[in-house]
Amino acid sequence: MTDLQAPPSRGGSAGGRVGDSPIRPDGRPKVQGRFAFSSDLYAEGMLWGRTLRSPHPHARIVALDVGPALAIAGVSCVVTADDVPGAATYGLISADQPVFARDVVRYVGEPVAAVAADHPDTARQALDAIVVTYEPLPPLVDAEAAPDEPPIHPDGNVIRRIVVSHGDAEVTGDVVVEGTYEVGMQDQAFLGPESGLAVPDSEGGVDLWVATQWLHEDRDQVAACLGLAPEQVRLHLGGVGGAFGGREDVSMQVHACLLALASGHPVKMSYLRDESFLGHVHRHPARMRYRHHATWDGRLVKVEADLLLDGGAYASSSAAVVSNAARFACGPYRVPHAFIDALVVRTNNPPCGAMRGFGAVQVCFAHEAQMDRLAARLGLDPVELRLKNALGPGDVLPTGQVVTGTAPVAECVRAAVSYPLPPPAGDGVLERPGGAGRTDDPSRTRRGVGVAVGYKNLMYSEGFDDTSEARVRLAGGVATVSCAVAEVGQGFVTIAGQIARTVLGCEAVVLEPPDSAAMGSAGSSSASRQTWMSGGAVERACRLVADQVRSAYARRLGVAPEAVARADDGSLVLAAGGPSVTVAEAAGDEVFEASAVHRHRPTVPLDERGQGDADVSFVFAAHRAVVDVDPDLGLVRVVQITTGQDVGRVLNPTQVIGQIEGGIAQGVGLAVMEEIVMDAGLVRNPSFTDYLIPTVADAPEVLATCIEQPEPDAPFGAKGVGEPPTISSTAAVAAAIRAATGVDVTRVPVRPWDLV
Amino acid sequence: MSTETVEPTYELTVNGVVRPVAGAHQGDSLLHVLRDRLGLPGAKNACEQGECGSCSVLVDGVLVCACLELAEAAVGCAITTVEGLAPAGAEPGDAALASDVLTDVQQAMVEAGGVQCGFCTPGFVVAIHDLLDRVPEPSPLDVREALAGNLCRCTGYGRILAAVDQVVAVRSRSNGD
Amino acid sequence: MTVLVPDRLDDALAALDSDPALTVLAGGTDLMVELNYGRRRPIDVLSLRRLAALRDWHVERSAAGAGTREDTVVLGAAVTYTTLLGDELARLLPALAQAARTVGSPQIRNAGTIGGNLVTGSPAGDTLPVLVAQEATVELASARNGLRRLPVSDFLTGPKQTARRPDELLVAVRIPVRPGRSEFLKIGVRNAMVIAVANCALVVDRERRALRCALGSVGPVPIRDPAAELWATTRLDWDGHAAPHPSVVEGFGRRMAAASRPIDDHRATAAYRRHAVGVMARRALERAWRPAA
Repeated sequence: MTDLQAPPSRGGSAGGRVGDSPIRPDGRPKVQGRFAFSSDLYAEGMLWGRTLRSPHPHARIVALDVGPALAIAGVSCVVTADDVPGAATYGLISADQPVFARDVVRYVGEPVAAVAADHPDTARQALDAIVVTYEPLPPLVDAEAAPDEPPIHPDGNVIRRIVVSHGDAEVTGDVVVEGTYEVGMQDQAFLGPESGLAVPDSEGGVDLWVATQWLHEDRDQVAACLGLAPEQVRLHLGGVGGAFGGREDVSMQVHACLLALASGHPVKMSYLRDESFLGHVHRHPARMRYRHHATWDGRLVKVEADLLLDGGAYASSSAAVVSNAARFACGPYRVPHAFIDALVVRTNNPPCGAMRGFGAVQVCFAHEAQMDRLAARLGLDPVELRLKNALGPGDVLPTGQVVTGTAPVAECVRAAVSYPLPPPAGDGVLERPGGAGRTDDPSRTRRGVGVAVGYKNLMYSEGFDDTSEARVRLAGGVATVSCAVAEVGQGFVTIAGQIARTVLGCEAVVLEPPDSAAMGSAGSSSASRQTWMSGGAVERACRLVADQVRSAYARRLGVAPEAVARADDGSLVLAAGGPSVTVAEAAGDEVFEASAVHRHRPTVPLDERGQGDADVSFVFAAHRAVVDVDPDLGLVRVVQITTGQDVGRVLNPTQVIGQIEGGIAQGVGLAVMEEIVMDAGLVRNPSFTDYLIPTVADAPEVLATCIEQPEPDAPFGAKGVGEPPTISSTAAVAAAIRAATGVDVTRVPVRPWDLV
Repeated sequence: MSTETVEPTYELTVNGVVRPVAGAHQGDSLLHVLRDRLGLPGAKNACEQGECGSCSVLVDGVLVCACLELAEAAVGCAITTVEGLAPAGAEPGDAALASDVLTDVQQAMVEAGGVQCGFCTPGFVVAIHDLLDRVPEPSPLDVREALAGNLCRCTGYGRILAAVDQVVAVRSRSNGD
Repeated sequence: MTVLVPDRLDDALAALDSDPALTVLAGGTDLMVELNYGRRRPIDVLSLRRLAALRDWHVERSAAGAGTREDTVVLGAAVTYTTLLGDELARLLPALAQAARTVGSPQIRNAGTIGGNLVTGSPAGDTLPVLVAQEATVELASARNGLRRLPVSDFLTGPKQTARRPDELLVAVRIPVRPGRSEFLKIGVRNAMVIAVANCALVVDRERRALRCALGSVGPVPIRDPAAELWATTRLDWDGHAAPHPSVVEGFGRRMAAASRPIDDHRATAAYRRHAVGVMARRALERAWRPAA
């Protein structure tokens, strides 16, 4: 077990193998301000693109006149639905979302037109000049009502319903606890705005530099909308300023390409923050009704849950999110009987889709609240209740799937609660609830402690055949890795080098810039999958290169290939004895190259009862939160969060702790401050003024233990680490607030008036 | 009468170098001019409202948001961007572009894992330099309060605070404390 | 668009006189957001950057007479929040320093000014309840009419509305310094960089034996309730400094809450704001009543 309370920072040059914490290869340019984010790109003769968006959550477009915009000096072109040459709609799972709205707009911010002009200010004036005549329609904003309301889209108001039926519906427990829980709409709030640069070529095609999570998926959607062959649309990764799921959907990609092709000029688009809030999907708000049945001595018997997710106007990845919610609705426990009915519906609220945790966050808040409710009802310690029911390897999940990998749930819980509790807060105002506002009365402050544990899948599920491809070239002691992974900050660029150095024993590793034309798909930077899938592809390709080198080395030495062995550290040694050499050394001046595709073992769709081996692997984490609350004002200070996380194997200690601390901050945000506030389909707070994310003054102390039980099928035994920190941290903070105040907190984010 | 009327074409002194600004639009913020006119994209455009600190620069030695400075009104001020930060004793100019030497703050940020996506990083580097120039040995709460205007969405701030600690420790050791 | 950057006050006033539509630019924390987001077209601007006198402050000793002496802190309108946090000013005007500390971020505090806070006149402006509770006055200058002074409570006329005439420049804020503690409290959901959900300034004026309390973000302008102040004042032990009776504290809080006129908005509910100002008023009174240093 690795205790990562204070990981050593290893200075010096880039380098480092698996297990080290080398400086990330893009670290220097980033600290110098030289790293080119997609919003920093420029091209000679570049125009600026901007998008006209609907001010109404639901309206008919009666008339659209772009003439006045075209008349403005400096405006090059305006595009609308009429100018989309290929598919009029796109989407991650079903192509239900228009490039530009045609007869109807279905959410506030839906794109209606786009302009290209010589300056962003001219483009803004052009937008103001376009005349759109709307006939507002009543917006459908009540998710409960949506299935029974007239459809607001040809595909209907039910995006997906999924039922999980496992065991005997008639069984009951000695005790039953019920609750209804709500999670508000969180936003990924990545700092780098949606942005990119589209450059037309002279043959009707286009190059697009863009910040995204999956180059090839974007490429396919963009090409379809442009009516072009995939080879004519080349996507290059522009530097990405964070993603967290918010860049899985197309935002400005098609618009920028349309403008570039229409104008014949490079076109840059970069959203302002208010537009960004409208321009990407959010986390699904959820309402969840649960019933937990248990024996007197605290064994779970049955879990029943009705889950309702508001998918907003377009489907995005809602079908997958609701499935995740259903599959993980019971939490990481042995539940012999489970009946989950989960629905994601369409409304005129903003579209929702992927955000770190992907459905598991919402249900974790509910199932952990239920476990605490059950513990109280039974007079059992909440930690003991969890340990008593904790999943372990070999257990059966509510989908009927058996956990064949590692499942250190109990270890995670024990680790999270093993840390000493923090001392009472000092006198500094920032240490007290209310912060610099100095509202705190120390004689009133109450401290509370809460524990929660959660889990979800790694990689994609339900039969999606996910792959990743990498190519490695070894020449003159330098390994060049070509892999289309979208580096969004998570540090794949570091890991790729560590893997190459470990297998090939070289020092210098070069990563080619990700490019859809030059490389095969590496899949999405999501679902905590890249280390496993693309790290696996890089490792495979490196091993193929190593095998080629081994054969060539043997040939050079005049021995049979079998006479050259691979040592544990990857170096080559003559079986008969002699010096060992690294693969890179053995390669000499010869050039070696290999490509590899990494696949995970197949999964299957769920059947009509929600049963099936739908997932590849599972990952677990537990959190303990300590909060101080001002009970009279309802202000909360999150003091400390400790965690035990199932990581399989730590490949880069500094980067792992970075994911843990960053994910916990997002979990804290959802618990106490982050919510897109809606009012009849209008977004009330599309800015950092009023969509509050934690500042450094809000960040709790974080102490982390990494549970290292190598996952059998995973490259290096490593599980993805990005999502687990966000899954149960929110629930732990909520539990701590309940303990501090005695208030039955049933929604997050918790607002001050929920507590007073 | 000494009232100056600043023409749309003007000069800004950035990182010790006087630079002509041409083609700026009226009302452009200093952030826009640095990025779009002067080829200095280090200051970032995460919000353009003064709510995130990603555009932090020094104007006459004072830490401000470049997005809240009217470019034309900054004529005659000494502006320092992340590109102009250099180890002590370096020549004026865009150190980041001219050489590859990192300041101790920059070095610590990469070593300690304070950089993930990097969008907030230039703003933090400038703000940390400003803090430690004014308060060489800040308390942990001083550090939090001084950096509360710089948002980060990736790191949760832990590794950034570790980087600050690292710089303070090294500087105070080398000062013979 | 013209940007004027005069280095003499007279030139600034002359410019305002000839073009009252000039927009005055101090810290830029409000105007630049409007420009960046296209909510205002570029307009002619009068930058105060080179009017060094407006960034200064000093203490005016009052004329001697009748045994009373009242110092007045005179803040130039372009004094920044950071300057208000400096040791000397924070000692003279602690509640104002407490308010300044809660405004925005260090970057905002380095640029934003007390004059800007006043002229913007937002109901949530953090210095405004302090200035009202401290009976501050503003000094306005114009080319035609010279200087005039106005109590802050008369200067703030409505939400984002003030009594400034188009040809006037706010040049100074005058705050009397009297014995007695003052407190400022502010509620925000986050530890830093928040617009006040509600705020509260309270002054214990031992010289006049009076309590003054102003609430912010719960009405169009900072709210005082002289009846509530008097009610508490007459029940405080001005001679013996004994702690106020709990019923006095509670009653004062209740009365201040009743005086507030909060609204529901995306930041908070009216009911919470009303409740919260009551709590803040109580806590402010308890803290401020302790004998002055």
